[in-house]
Amino acid sequence: MTVTTSPPRKRRSLGDLKVAMIFLAPATLGFVVFYIWPTLRGAYLSFTEYSLLSAPKFTGLDNYDRMVHDSFFWNALGVTVEYVVINIGLQTVLAVGIAMLMYRLTKSITVRAVVLLPYLVANVVVALVWYWMLDYQVGIVNQALSWVGIDPVAFFGDSHWAIPTVALINVWRHMGYTALLVFAGLQTIPSYVYEAAEVDGSTELKTFWRITLPLLRPVLVMVLVVTMIGSFQIFDTVAVTTQGGPINATRVIYYYIYERAFTRFDFGYASAMALVLFAILALISLLQLRLLRAKESDLA
Amino acid sequence: MTVSRRTVLKAGIAGLAASAVAGCNNGAADRGAGEVIYWLWDSAQLPMYTECAKVFQQQNPQYRVRIEQYGWNDYWNKLVTGFISGTAPDVFTSHSSRYPLFADKGQVLPIDDFVAADKVDLSIYQKGLADRWVGADGKRYGLPKDWDTEVYFYNSALTDAAGISAEQLNSMTWNPSDGGTFEQIVARLTVDAKGRRGDQPGFDKNNVKVYGLGYSDAGGADGQTSWSWYAASNGWVYSEGQPWGTKFFYGDPKFTETIGWWRGLITKGYMPTYAQAKSGVDITTSFGAGKYGLTPNGSWMLGTYAGLKGVKTKLARLTQGPNGKRMSMMNGLADTIWAGTTRREASWAWVKFLGSQTAQDIVAKAGVVFPAVTASMPAAKAAFAKAGWDVTPFLEPVEAGNVFPYPANPNAADVAAVMSPAMESVMSFASDPSSLIKANNDVNKILAANA
Repeated sequence: MTVTTSPPRKRRSLGDLKVAMIFLAPATLGFVVFYIWPTLRGAYLSFTEYSLLSAPKFTGLDNYDRMVHDSFFWNALGVTVEYVVINIGLQTVLAVGIAMLMYRLTKSITVRAVVLLPYLVANVVVALVWYWMLDYQVGIVNQALSWVGIDPVAFFGDSHWAIPTVALINVWRHMGYTALLVFAGLQTIPSYVYEAAEVDGSTELKTFWRITLPLLRPVLVMVLVVTMIGSFQIFDTVAVTTQGGPINATRVIYYYIYERAFTRFDFGYASAMALVLFAILALISLLQLRLLRAKESDLA
Repeated sequence: MTVSRRTVLKAGIAGLAASAVAGCNNGAADRGAGEVIYWLWDSAQLPMYTECAKVFQQQNPQYRVRIEQYGWNDYWNKLVTGFISGTAPDVFTSHSSRYPLFADKGQVLPIDDFVAADKVDLSIYQKGLADRWVGADGKRYGLPKDWDTEVYFYNSALTDAAGISAEQLNSMTWNPSDGGTFEQIVARLTVDAKGRRGDQPGFDKNNVKVYGLGYSDAGGADGQTSWSWYAASNGWVYSEGQPWGTKFFYGDPKFTETIGWWRGLITKGYMPTYAQAKSGVDITTSFGAGKYGLTPNGSWMLGTYAGLKGVKTKLARLTQGPNGKRMSMMNGLADTIWAGTTRREASWAWVKFLGSQTAQDIVAKAGVVFPAVTASMPAAKAAFAKAGWDVTPFLEPVEAGNVFPYPANPNAADVAAVMSPAMESVMSFASDPSSLIKANNDVNKILAANA
């Protein structure tokens, strides 16, 4: 039998723990105060009727029952999904394209900086600039279209165009940033794989499909999960341009939650919707991670 | 001196706590007992209220006023979060669409006792204005500071080119069946891409360069600057009680026929489609670019129209309707006191001052809005005349008593949430005016549930 006194190794790790705790404390405090606590309170409020200006009243599952029968809620979800599909689909394809171009054609820091530029402009500013440019009567885009003989398009006013317009604006703003993330991923692919492909006589296109894309998968999954969560939370572009209209064409889920809470003081119901959105996002992220085998790399 | 980790940590926590406390700008500790925080949303009015504060402080050295201005959207969000967190301003500018809810939730202070104690003369205000701030519960919540009505702002170069005189513009009649002389004028002002007018043969309604009439939106629940005067002069009222309604009449034939005629102007090509009208920055920008002959708007927009350098803008009376009158909505703002203020006396002193002729003369001279005090009106008229505006069309309905109030309601936001999409749907021809009957039922259901 061995000696029963506690081994010195354990004591040292406990000492580390104390220091670690101190370093972790500020972040943890912030996380608890600004995330955990509001989330728990939001969950509680979702079971109440709460107008902010008077005390919450417990109503059980009423809000959830309302949600099932609320056509505005389902419309908001549908519109949001439409937005996410256009936004993420296009943005990811373009970002991979830009990243490939940067990777293969230039090492210029200036180009990388320029690609990131739209992302550095505030959301609201981007939205307003495009709002002006896409104006039906006085906007520069419709002027340009008329020069080439195309009838002006009511980008924000036509209910078929409104969501694609909002989605495209955000593609423009975010694709450079996403491209940089993908670009970083490209650099992790070892050059010997490409050399081997070249020796085997693989074409450029074949190399991309068979080598680059599969090896990029872990990075792409990360990018997709993060951008998709962000995309579901589309709010500011809508808030400064269409404000949910025309009719309900751009009343995305975040905007609807905001309206319910801050203009109609229906905080209980808004909390319930926020919680459902949270569950949906968690589910989608999990699915993505699982389906795309995020933890495995084809390099291994 | 050596500083231990613990000290640093303690100092950090203390710093955090201190900044958290300082975050409450209404905290009693960091300002004097006589200091009032006052909020407004219109940056154009900031200079004159700063001037008012200066005079107020000279007259009442024991009080100070700190003015803060936030844009319209921020304003209401900040205000509501302020109510909850105890950081709302002592006194704030309020609007007919918002105060009923605040009053209903006990967030604004009734001032009846103050008014009685100080024997405030309520007859100095434009007729009916002071009573707008008496809530559904019969209590008074504010003293009026200004008022507004609507007119047509017209591009005089376009009316001249169409051969339409100022007299014709100021004597327009309207009815829901053929639109009266108003529709004739709007048709004449509409020009297609080949230069043909709306009342000329061959007019191409699908290729319009200048629209006779502009509109900013479908009007939602109030139609203040879009359809309210047509409907009112057609003998329609919003609700059974004015302004406090518990039952609305958006399904009434008098209303639906008005809207049916209004959207008919789109079919005729005299007004842009809803998609086109909404796919723009705003109605004044398009007007400034010479795209509209007439645009209805409120008196608070005078400054914006004055800023449009590309066009020469003049004012015309609203249309005379089937009831033989030119009707306008008359709305206005008031200063209200937050119920949670710790400085009631100082707040009341400031509100009383802002409601006095001394303050309203200062406001009037700036020529931005119409003052609520009748005696201050000549100064405002003179200031507007100096800026090149003959504001008579705004004043006439008030003097004639042909005004109706903004539909006040504690559930205004819920009513708007039903009516805005419903009106948009009608204006974009996704549904017929008769669909407003269902929308109206929805509105009344909401009101009944909240009664």
